[in-house]
Amino acid sequence: MGINLEQFHQVFFEEALEGLDSMESSMLAMEEGCDDSEEINAVFRVIHSIKGGAGTFGFAHIADFTHVVETLLDQVRSGEREITKEIIALLLKTVDCVREMVETSQSGGDADPDLGKDIIERLNQILNKSTSSEAKESLKQESAEAEFAGIGWQISFVPHKQMLQTGNDPVRMFQALSELGEISTSVDITELPNLHSLQPEESYLKWKITIKSGCREESIREIFEWVEDECDLEIKPLNNEEQQEQSEIQEAENKELVRVERRNDPENDRRKDDDRRKTNYGRRKSDSAGGTSSIRVGTDKIDELINMVGELVITQSMLGVLGDGFDMSKLEDLQDGLTELERHTRQLQESIMRIRMVPINFVFSRFPRMVHDLSEKLGKKIDLRISGETTELDKTVVEQIGDPLTHLVRNSVDHGIEMPEERSASGKPEMGEVHLNAYHKGGSIIIEISDDGAGLNCEKIRNKAISAGIISENDELSEERIHELIFHPGFSTADVVSDISGRGVGMDVVRKNIVRLGGNIEIKSKQGHGSIFRISLPLTLAILDGQIISVGKEKYIVPIASIIESIQVKPDMVNKVSGKGEVFELRGEYLPIVRMHEFFEVEEGYIDELEKGILVVVEGDGRKCGLFVDLLLGQQQIVIKSLETNFVRIQGLSGATIFGDGSVALILDIPGMVRQATERHIEAV
Amino acid sequence: MSNVLIVDDSASMRQMVTFTLKSAGHGVEEAVDGVDALKKAKMGNFDLIVSDVNMPNMDGITFVKEMRGLEAYKFTPILLLTTESAADKKQEGKAAGATGWIVKPFSPDQLLSTAKKVLG
Repeated sequence: MGINLEQFHQVFFEEALEGLDSMESSMLAMEEGCDDSEEINAVFRVIHSIKGGAGTFGFAHIADFTHVVETLLDQVRSGEREITKEIIALLLKTVDCVREMVETSQSGGDADPDLGKDIIERLNQILNKSTSSEAKESLKQESAEAEFAGIGWQISFVPHKQMLQTGNDPVRMFQALSELGEISTSVDITELPNLHSLQPEESYLKWKITIKSGCREESIREIFEWVEDECDLEIKPLNNEEQQEQSEIQEAENKELVRVERRNDPENDRRKDDDRRKTNYGRRKSDSAGGTSSIRVGTDKIDELINMVGELVITQSMLGVLGDGFDMSKLEDLQDGLTELERHTRQLQESIMRIRMVPINFVFSRFPRMVHDLSEKLGKKIDLRISGETTELDKTVVEQIGDPLTHLVRNSVDHGIEMPEERSASGKPEMGEVHLNAYHKGGSIIIEISDDGAGLNCEKIRNKAISAGIISENDELSEERIHELIFHPGFSTADVVSDISGRGVGMDVVRKNIVRLGGNIEIKSKQGHGSIFRISLPLTLAILDGQIISVGKEKYIVPIASIIESIQVKPDMVNKVSGKGEVFELRGEYLPIVRMHEFFEVEEGYIDELEKGILVVVEGDGRKCGLFVDLLLGQQQIVIKSLETNFVRIQGLSGATIFGDGSVALILDIPGMVRQATERHIEAV
Repeated sequence: MSNVLIVDDSASMRQMVTFTLKSAGHGVEEAVDGVDALKKAKMGNFDLIVSDVNMPNMDGITFVKEMRGLEAYKFTPILLLTTESAADKKQEGKAAGATGWIVKPFSPDQLLSTAKKVLG
């Protein structure tokens, strides 16, 4: 049967990579002295599964490699071998190596024959055996299968009494034999007791089978392989005389003995033998690997979805009934029905969104290993604490937040945490702490990377920024603004460009990546005490809760998450600053005012006097400003449509949406607007 | 055709076995470990069980022992998926009451011919 194994490759890759991740964390736990036998069993299972899968799906190089690892793990598991630091380190390297092999195959690349050679050598050294002797062994085995071209075999088959109890049925074996050639069978029933004392679960019969076939002895032994220890089996080659004799005896015995005879077409025999020889069936290069990515969804989420659809159908049919012969007296029922429909639609939408949600642990799980390796390399002592790893966020966000997070964690380890002696000199414990945390806050997900290291050095950043021409020497900047400078393109504070961070992407790229996901990043840092990098990300990328505002005849959407409050200003709260901008005072803070009609050049019908309209105070990137609008309209869920597929990017706009009545409104890019407003404000000041 | 229960903690192996057996016309149900399989076996009616050996929660050997303790599965063929290197596992499996084994790696065709050997 031609089953294409490639269709299972993607699942195998995903499962293998997942297994490797869990193996890695088990190894790290073991290194920290966790001596749990379940831990080593789990690691063994991972390697065992990968080996089995790799062999089955045609990745022989992965199967060969994991086979050696499995042998070692089996010894550890059975207690034959003590697990040492060296073995743990080697197994961690193994994880990397297998991961690389799997990823190469996944992307359709050819296997690198030298990959992992050193690891295998070391493993074999530990196992006390050389690779070559193993290879010879398997070679020997193959050549031992010598061909036999006799005329047939004489088989004596005496099952032990309990053979039937393992589910083995002699009839099936005879059927299998008959596929090898013509067989004749005679059975000895002398042991068969009378019906009263017969135990149906036991076997009392003895068989003599003659098979006329050019097959090898192995082919016959294979059929009886499962019952080798549960029967007496003798196989002798048949010579012409014996065969003659045998058939004569058989002829005579025919009357009293049960006889089974079967014939099979020789064409089939040949095919079967071919199949058996073809064990090395799949070394083809996969071309469909890579493909579409899949997502694992808990059945509870699916059930919820089905449940919601059920509710929706009920509401729909209720409305349908209402629609037949509708009159105004049923208006209230109609409104109720529509409210219900709205509720269900929203719930359905939430359930579907939840399907795309995956725990952030997908990203967090790579850090224990990374911090472990880095701190070893740098000679630092670092304890990585992870919390909130079950916090869920959109799959796309999870996939794309990996690199920025990696960069930030590396920064914390490399620049944040000091060397042990430096730490003890300043009265801190030698062991530094890096804390990764994720949690929900309002409509956002917050990810924090904090460390108790040296913190940002304002003086150094300032000097660097001046020498790089980002700011001028006369600029007086608050501590916060100085910290923000590290996000400026081309900024790096590392004294020496180390090979851990400070190479490749800078903090500006980190910010850009986060902003692209609709999020932002802020820093809180105190020199000598440590830093906190706080990333806030939207729960989902496709839908947001929006406040509709109007300016003249235009409508705009402000994401509700960015609104702090809405106020009406009195003239005495507003100040004009040197003709360039207006600011207003809100609880001791001066915030710039953005007149929406000016910003978007609305032509007519707008309110010009500040005290007649409304100021919507918004926050983006940690800075605030007031948007001057005519009216606040309703709030509703907004489906975001991208503008950039059709139009060039416009300052202050992040997208558009379509309302129920078909009209279009633009969605404001609050961080962009605030940045522009405050920059203008700063220039003005 | 026959009803088969495939027990393996590896999703790709389960998929491969399921697909192969289904395309040969068998009914197939999947279980992720011994505990899950035992539950499904008690609820269903299977003509053949194919089980992995190394699994979390309950391994294949224990699972076979448990199955042979059930009246309904006393003689049902149970095949273990083993690797060539685990010769002792085969014997352990036999002692627990397994009918036979399929050596990993195996091809869909090998799986079908082995299934045929026990199902007839």
